[in-house]
Amino acid sequence: MSELSRDAVAHLAGLARIDLADAELDRMVGELAVILEAVATVQQAPIGDVPAMSHPLPLVNVTRPDVVRPCLPAEDALAGAPEAEEGRFSVPRILSDD
Amino acid sequence: MTTTAHDAVLGWEATVTAYEPVMGLEVHVELGTATKMFCGCPTTFGAQPNSQVCPVCLGLPGALPVVNEVAVESAIRIGLALNCEIAPWCRFARKNYFYPDMPKNFQTSQYDEPIAFNGHLDVDLEDGSAYRVEIERAHMEEDTGKSLHVGGATGRIHGATHSLVDYNRAGIPLIEIVTKPMTGAGERAPEIARAYVATLRDLLLGLGVSDVKMEQGSMRCDVNLSLMPRGSAEFGTRSETKNVNSLRSVERAVRFEMTRHAAILSAGGSVVQETRHWHEDTGMTTAGRVKSDAEDYRYFPEPDLVPLAPPAEVVAALRASLPEPPVARRKRLQDAWGYSDLELRDVVNAGLLDLIEQTVAAGASPAAARKWWSGEIARRANAEGTDVASYAGQLGVTPAHVAELEALVTSSRLNDSMARQAWEGVLDGEGSPTAVADARGLQLVADTGALAAAVEKVIAANPEVAEKIRDGKVQAVGALIGQVMKEMRGQADAAAARELILSLLGQA
Ligand SMILES: [Zn+2]
Repeated sequence: MSELSRDAVAHLAGLARIDLADAELDRMVGELAVILEAVATVQQAPIGDVPAMSHPLPLVNVTRPDVVRPCLPAEDALAGAPEAEEGRFSVPRILSDD
Repeated sequence: MTTTAHDAVLGWEATVTAYEPVMGLEVHVELGTATKMFCGCPTTFGAQPNSQVCPVCLGLPGALPVVNEVAVESAIRIGLALNCEIAPWCRFARKNYFYPDMPKNFQTSQYDEPIAFNGHLDVDLEDGSAYRVEIERAHMEEDTGKSLHVGGATGRIHGATHSLVDYNRAGIPLIEIVTKPMTGAGERAPEIARAYVATLRDLLLGLGVSDVKMEQGSMRCDVNLSLMPRGSAEFGTRSETKNVNSLRSVERAVRFEMTRHAAILSAGGSVVQETRHWHEDTGMTTAGRVKSDAEDYRYFPEPDLVPLAPPAEVVAALRASLPEPPVARRKRLQDAWGYSDLELRDVVNAGLLDLIEQTVAAGASPAAARKWWSGEIARRANAEGTDVASYAGQLGVTPAHVAELEALVTSSRLNDSMARQAWEGVLDGEGSPTAVADARGLQLVADTGALAAAVEKVIAANPEVAEKIRDGKVQAVGALIGQVMKEMRGQADAAAARELILSLLGQA
């Protein structure tokens, strides 16, 4: 399953909002294929009838009571933002011109 | 904004004659929990921007979510009320997308393991018939932040230079309720859509899980719609109209989309699969994002949360504690109170059901309870732009007041017009009905001598009318009662006056 097309890499880059130049795309196809191949070795693990799992611990129903806890002051919440305006996070234009 | 040729519409008659709609509704409900879905931040509406956030709901590195137990309980109760099966085991999933309304770059949702699935909701239609809406699923997720778009025309995202985001809403528990595709609705599709959302709203209100205020966005509806030519069973291409946020808009949006699709199809064109934006002012939708392979959310099970496995006994206890469904309650009350369909609809629409029920419990007749609550107080509440229940709450007017007022009538202390005056005094803040009657000197004259004198005087002054009554034309008595009331300056008991006149004229 190490067959990775240039189109698939371009699609993934699009989903991840990473702007790749043609040359970078060419390079990534090769590099990602190597990484996938390396990861694919886990498929050789003798799992037998071990059920698929999404969490390593056999826990269910970990919940908390519906009780308010202190939150961050607004200025602290915004402190790490590259830009803020009117107490809000300022983000770049969402839609491109068309 | 460009206007596309797609906005042409076909006439309604032509639309429903040629095409059959297939409709699916997705309703998002914000739960009324004190805290968010995965963190302890409060959920108060209208707070200062970004004052109800923490590392979890801001998606800061290393922050770990923990599920709100009340939100899970509410989700199960909603599922049960919608006659759904409850999953014995299910997980949350990450829905990955890049949009600044979600600081994590994913929304924690449920994918192929919803907590509730395969249900139905019966809705009553105007003509008295019922339509069963099949429920596909109800799943848990979290709300997104709110964006202000700056630099474009009137806050629109198009042409904006940048956007400002408030994450107070991000992470508030949401339940998304998805119907199965509804077919066979025909020309009733708009009405069914509205009735479904209204019934769902009442149901959720009755469960006490949400304030379901569509105007504040705590309940939002997306309308999926496609058409197929009559006689065909193959679904057409659908459009998805987002954020239709009032009952009336739901009805109008379905209708508009049906006629828009019909115009395209009847001209030989193809409907584009896209998101549409609903415009309340024009009653139309406009094109939004075209659905494409960009909608590839790469869902995977949320690794930071463990699965939910609601124990059967917990589900059974929640089922046992469900309130009576609103439709069943209305039917029961209508039977008990003897209201006509129209009377019932009016009191339901005016939100008077609880008040009337409490007033009847306090001793008034159902007819009297309806009369008082839908009269002067409703007129005043309407003038104040509020509903009767909230208005009565502000005034401190209670069902016990109405029952007391009615008791003053049935015990013959007040006649109807005096009772109206007493009621106005109560609404003006002058105190209880008895206190107002005392203070205003409202009291039927109990002195039978005075009544007899007035009756004799009126009979003597109207020999012709008296003669008619002697001859059996009993309905003529009304004219004499009116004069007796006048004679006694409104302080007479009309029923007693009537009785006395008839007996004096040999008709009792
Ligand atoms: Zn938080």
